[in-house]
Amino acid sequence: MSTSTTARFALGIDLGTTNTALGFVALDDEAASPAALPLPQVVAAHEHAPRALLPSFLYLPSSSELPEGALALPWDDRRGFCVGGFARDRATSVPGRVIASAKSWLCHPGVDRRAAMLPFGAAADSDVPKLSPVEVQTRLLTHLREAWDAAHADAPLSAQRVVLTVPASFDAVARQLTEEAARQAGLSDVVLLEEPQAALYAWIATHGEEWRKQVRPGDLILVVDIGGGTTDFSLIEVKDDGQGNLSLERKAVGDHILLGGDNMDLALAYRVRARLEADGRAIDDWQLRALTHSCRAAKEAMLEDDRLPEQTVVIPGRGSKLIGGSIAASLSRAELDETVLQGFFPVVDAAARPAAARRAGLQTLGLPYAHDAAITRHLAAFLGGQRPAALLFNGGVTRSPTLQQRIVDVVNGWLDDQQVRVLPGADLDLAVARGAAAYARVRASNKGLRIKGGTARAYYVGIERSELAVPGVPPRVDAVCIAPRGMEEGSEAAIDSELGLVVGEPAHFRFFASSKRERDAVGAVVDVARAGDDLVEVDPIEATLPGQPGALVPATLRSRVTEVGTLELFVVETATANRHKLEFQVRGDARH
Amino acid sequence: MTDPTVVDPAAPGFFARLALALRVLFDAVLARKLLLPEPRALPPVERIVEKPVEVEKIVERVVEKVVEKPVEVEKIVERVVEKTVEKVVEKVVEKTRPPEEGALHLLSILQRDGRLLDFLGEELTGLKDAEIGAAVRLVHQGCKKALATYVVLKPVHTEPEGTVIVVDKGFDAHALRLAGNVKGEPPYKGTLAHAGWRAVEVKLPERPAFVDARVIAPAEVEVR
Repeated sequence: MSTSTTARFALGIDLGTTNTALGFVALDDEAASPAALPLPQVVAAHEHAPRALLPSFLYLPSSSELPEGALALPWDDRRGFCVGGFARDRATSVPGRVIASAKSWLCHPGVDRRAAMLPFGAAADSDVPKLSPVEVQTRLLTHLREAWDAAHADAPLSAQRVVLTVPASFDAVARQLTEEAARQAGLSDVVLLEEPQAALYAWIATHGEEWRKQVRPGDLILVVDIGGGTTDFSLIEVKDDGQGNLSLERKAVGDHILLGGDNMDLALAYRVRARLEADGRAIDDWQLRALTHSCRAAKEAMLEDDRLPEQTVVIPGRGSKLIGGSIAASLSRAELDETVLQGFFPVVDAAARPAAARRAGLQTLGLPYAHDAAITRHLAAFLGGQRPAALLFNGGVTRSPTLQQRIVDVVNGWLDDQQVRVLPGADLDLAVARGAAAYARVRASNKGLRIKGGTARAYYVGIERSELAVPGVPPRVDAVCIAPRGMEEGSEAAIDSELGLVVGEPAHFRFFASSKRERDAVGAVVDVARAGDDLVEVDPIEATLPGQPGALVPATLRSRVTEVGTLELFVVETATANRHKLEFQVRGDARH
Repeated sequence: MTDPTVVDPAAPGFFARLALALRVLFDAVLARKLLLPEPRALPPVERIVEKPVEVEKIVERVVEKVVEKPVEVEKIVERVVEKTVEKVVEKVVEKTRPPEEGALHLLSILQRDGRLLDFLGEELTGLKDAEIGAAVRLVHQGCKKALATYVVLKPVHTEPEGTVIVVDKGFDAHALRLAGNVKGEPPYKGTLAHAGWRAVEVKLPERPAFVDARVIAPAEVEVR
């Protein structure tokens, strides 16, 4: 067979916080529905098997921990680390050697995401070789490339059309880091797509042309995506292009919320542990992890079938005496309701807002988990009074009919008399990967519907105003809009007013994003001190322009949204028209 | 089992094999079938004939393969021609596994995912039903998932249990067991009491042959 360099397949990669999947469809088959590629992975020492999902975990065993070749894959019999099922299972036994949730670290501006820092919190004397969040993502993506290439020797992944999904809430920096990981994994030409949009493409692919009958012009479709570790909202409007054709436009995306099914399992486990400890039983870390596992199963069973009054949760004996060494407790329906339904999905009114994070003077650098666990309050804040007509669920948590109904009830409570319609979703675990593959095909063939929307946020550069210095009063910082919300791929924007730029040494700018300010045009000026929650500070940007250190040259700022879907910023010297790219600084410590 | 001199009793005897080898030499049609497409592949076979022991082995494999998968014949003959005879034998050995290996592997999976051996090995006398029940859920949940992952099962009979069915003449007595008032010749009329189970597919994880399948679950040491 000859190796073809022309693309034959459209691929969609869902690089999730807890699970990763690869969807694909032949480019020459317009009617075919995207399928998921079974991903060979290590499932136990010396054993590999294909699975639809690749758990996004990375296991770094010590040199003596496993027999030689225990992590062999069909395409590599000497691998020294592993990603996938066995890595996830080992997290219970050797948590210090397993990296989880690397994706959540990618969008954490408090840390250097190119620095070897994971597993986070590994003991100081640990000999585990640390990896950067970008490197972990690279290894997950490399595994996908290898799995694909092993199954398609004549159509290597590097030659196919690949779409990689990111949370809608990923800012410009997290997107760039994701693209960087893809490049390092040998995926040269990926295009980024927001996960909720991918879920909607999957819904369209499932329904064919029928989807047009399920929505009407003017409808707002709310996508609620609740995964293991993150929650993501998007609002997509159905429009009429004037000739009777429906089109879709993404109107808004939510902020990044580190809140998901794992939090619910842990909340239940803590509750049961407290009860057991009150009875005088000590629960160690291994037992807590086993208890969390058991609570997840109990939660899923009771949320699946609301007639179950209670479930028994069991911490099995660690030794070969399974029953004799076990601790059993029951989890009642009332406890589940209180912890999961009241705790994570309370009935709130449309004006409810999540409790604001109180920042302590000293904080650990752990992941910035959501302070308010109430997903419905985050949803109310996201909608801000807008009224969705339809609801599309995505993510493993929303598999539960009870939770779906709860969210529908809460949203209906915010609507006057109409009821929100639930769009029947596809396979919740694989919808994003499949939808991304469907989108990759649309892009390649230039046929089919594309969701419009452009960038989800507006971006601003912080510029200090030259004012008379007043002791005790920090100089006023203006945020000048450099990329308005909704910039389409391939478009550019420029701030016309000239700035004096320091040359010969790195010039730093503060950098802000806003998912709320939709009307700011390029050059719009916002007073940072008064903007409040509207502006979120992102990693600073910097550029070093050649020249005599300390000198100032007149320059203008430009922005460009690449075809990939990343944002690039430039400084253009007025005199020479030379362009210099501004780089995001992801060192974490450089933050103001 | 790696001993190449051990002869499968079902295989053709020495003279039969010699006759086959000679047939390869003199029957042009068969030779072409075995050695296509290049006629230059013939000389090595002649050379092999000079070493009678090896001829036995090769012809035996070739004949087996011709019956089952003619496409692969090319490959094997090519291998024999270009490489050593030992290489072929090695390849055969690698695929041979002790017959109990699959059973041990499945046990290992059921223990790993559902603690089945711990459960079956435990003395239940003196334990309360509630305690056992709680543990059974764990075993059930884990084993059920493992089974669903690695074995595709379906009922032997697709009609719902309780349906009255007719068992025709020539039925497969291995897949259908009669009970009750059995007499005379089929057809029989009866109620489907149990739909049976059939493994449609068994897809255990890949595992290299050198792994000691007798270690069903490793001992665990929590390092301090």
